[in-house]
Amino acid sequence: MMRPYRPKDNVQKKAYYTDRFWIAPRIPEEDVSQDKVYAADIEKIKAKFDIKKAYIQRGQLVVIIDPVINKELLFFLRDELGYDMLMELSAIDYLAQDGEFEVFYQLLSLSKRKRLRVKCRIKEDEAIESVNPVFRSADWSEREMYDMFGIKVNNHPYFKRILMPDDWVGYPLRKTYPLHGDEAAQWYEIDKIFGKEYREIVGPEIRDAAWIDKTDTEQFARYGHEVPKGAPYDSEPVKIDSFNEDAPLVETFDLKKSKIVDRDR
Amino acid sequence: MQQRNRLEPFFENLVFDRDDNTMVVNFGPQHPSAHGQLRLILELDGEQVVKAVPDIGYLHRGMEKMAENMIYNEFLPTTDRMDYIAATSNNYAFAFAVERLLGIENEVPRRAKVIRTILLELNRIISHLFWLATHALDVGAMSVFLYCFREREYAMDLMEDYCGARLTHSAVRIGGVPLDLPKGWLEKLSVFLNNLPSQIELYEGLLDKNRIWRMRLENVGVIPPEMAKSWGCSGIMLRGSGIEWDIRKEEPYELYDELDFDIPVSDRCDSYGRYKLYMEEMRQSIKIIRQLIPMYKETGPELMAKVPQYISASKEDIMTQNYSLMQHFVLVTQGMRPPVGEVYVPTESPKGELGFFIRSEGEPYPYRLKIRAPSFWHTGILQDLLPGHYLADVVTIIGSTNIVFGEIDR
Repeated sequence: MMRPYRPKDNVQKKAYYTDRFWIAPRIPEEDVSQDKVYAADIEKIKAKFDIKKAYIQRGQLVVIIDPVINKELLFFLRDELGYDMLMELSAIDYLAQDGEFEVFYQLLSLSKRKRLRVKCRIKEDEAIESVNPVFRSADWSEREMYDMFGIKVNNHPYFKRILMPDDWVGYPLRKTYPLHGDEAAQWYEIDKIFGKEYREIVGPEIRDAAWIDKTDTEQFARYGHEVPKGAPYDSEPVKIDSFNEDAPLVETFDLKKSKIVDRDR
Repeated sequence: MQQRNRLEPFFENLVFDRDDNTMVVNFGPQHPSAHGQLRLILELDGEQVVKAVPDIGYLHRGMEKMAENMIYNEFLPTTDRMDYIAATSNNYAFAFAVERLLGIENEVPRRAKVIRTILLELNRIISHLFWLATHALDVGAMSVFLYCFREREYAMDLMEDYCGARLTHSAVRIGGVPLDLPKGWLEKLSVFLNNLPSQIELYEGLLDKNRIWRMRLENVGVIPPEMAKSWGCSGIMLRGSGIEWDIRKEEPYELYDELDFDIPVSDRCDSYGRYKLYMEEMRQSIKIIRQLIPMYKETGPELMAKVPQYISASKEDIMTQNYSLMQHFVLVTQGMRPPVGEVYVPTESPKGELGFFIRSEGEPYPYRLKIRAPSFWHTGILQDLLPGHYLADVVTIIGSTNIVFGEIDR
């Protein structure tokens, strides 16, 4: 019997059944000339930039460009065409199909009440220029894009993971990222610091926040069975009765002996 | 015996003890006025903030990843957990994005549209009341917190009467709403709406001329319009900076183009201006819902769009007609398959522009789903906004941004 083949480049959930003759319908990509505002905009863009494709989908203009002109085009869109807000920036993983990421910039023009999406494709090992000088909102979006896809961004002011921990391995939104956790992960630090043979000595990770080691008298005291700090836990407990009850707990306050140091206060 | 604390704690190379006069303060992630799991690393010179680095991700649940591995209907309850203060607005934003992807937004029956719009505005009131309560509590007005929560309880009772849940509603479905309004619900809603304006006046009476409130809010957290635009601010953060932009007016969805309401705008750019906007928006929401109540009575009984390819038929049809049952079975087990393409659909949630970007490859699972949560950028702006302010103002500014960590970390 053959094991079922599972592609490694896309480990996400798939439809368990698809009709052999089923062809997915497509959302039409309308011509830009259908909308006057968009048509005027695309004319101006084409006069200055080399764009690959432009169409309207579900009422929004989509412009596909070469990734190297992303910053200049966004500057142009902001200053000349009034697309003054960057509402969203992220990527789509097409590594399995084309070995590429698709980065998209979702822009909004407050004056024209129009939205525009700029898209470009970059290879897995390529970096893209930061658009942070154009829109400050790209600061965090690009960090998130890096965090989730591992897309490097050039000239970013503070290029660091944002949602995942700094020492996280892997990029969660890639299609290759597994859907279940790594069960050996709890040993990684032990293996690295002490060596594999210490796994049994150290034992599994303690996930219980209220966990108490009754044998550890350095950090924990047992109520009703107090032993001196550091003594073996099963040694003779300290007897409360053995305290000298005659010793005064508080020294009697003697007014005559005391003196006021600073009368002015 | 267990070896404990063998690993050195990991402090990200932060130096807390410095030779100069600056001090580094770790604000959060468990600070009560951080409104969730916000960690701010503040560099202080005396009491003045020199540098602020917001650190997020403590509530990251990978919702976008979850969405890629769920059928569309399956994902809807997950959206509740984003902005959990106003869950219906998330449900709606997602459902609306999928409807536009499917191209069925005009198929949604009118009664469903009325109910959805009522719920959206009721959630806006709930969210704004919650904002005022927590913001006032942060700034030091305990009584406002109690008054606001009382009204919010009544509003949540209404939500509970409609959908059974108080916080995570899931009260919207792709293609309509699952339930009609229960008997007497609109009357209860009217009672609530009649009571609310006097309550808003009460809050304003407590706060508007309150010297402490004004001293702590006026000229604190000033966001110039250019900065707001550059940082992608939306909602009240944008309107508080004097920019007139409300998606309900500019790109109307649901019944907003038929309704008469105003968009309050403030050019004060500070926290006090934003506070006034929140109060005014609640009044506008009351006005909107009052117009919707008579609209409800003129609608037919349909609640879900009739698109058998994507949406299950009504319960009655499923129980009586074989073909409806088969379609329902396929839609539940395999899920709907939207056409290939992508949409970005913005909606005006109480926090700002809540948008869903969906890329579909014709599969029952979205190929990519990006949630544009407004609070994400409203947190990012803190790193430019906080320097120059005093430590006590940090709490005010965080409060007035109205951030919710469920949607920042997603």
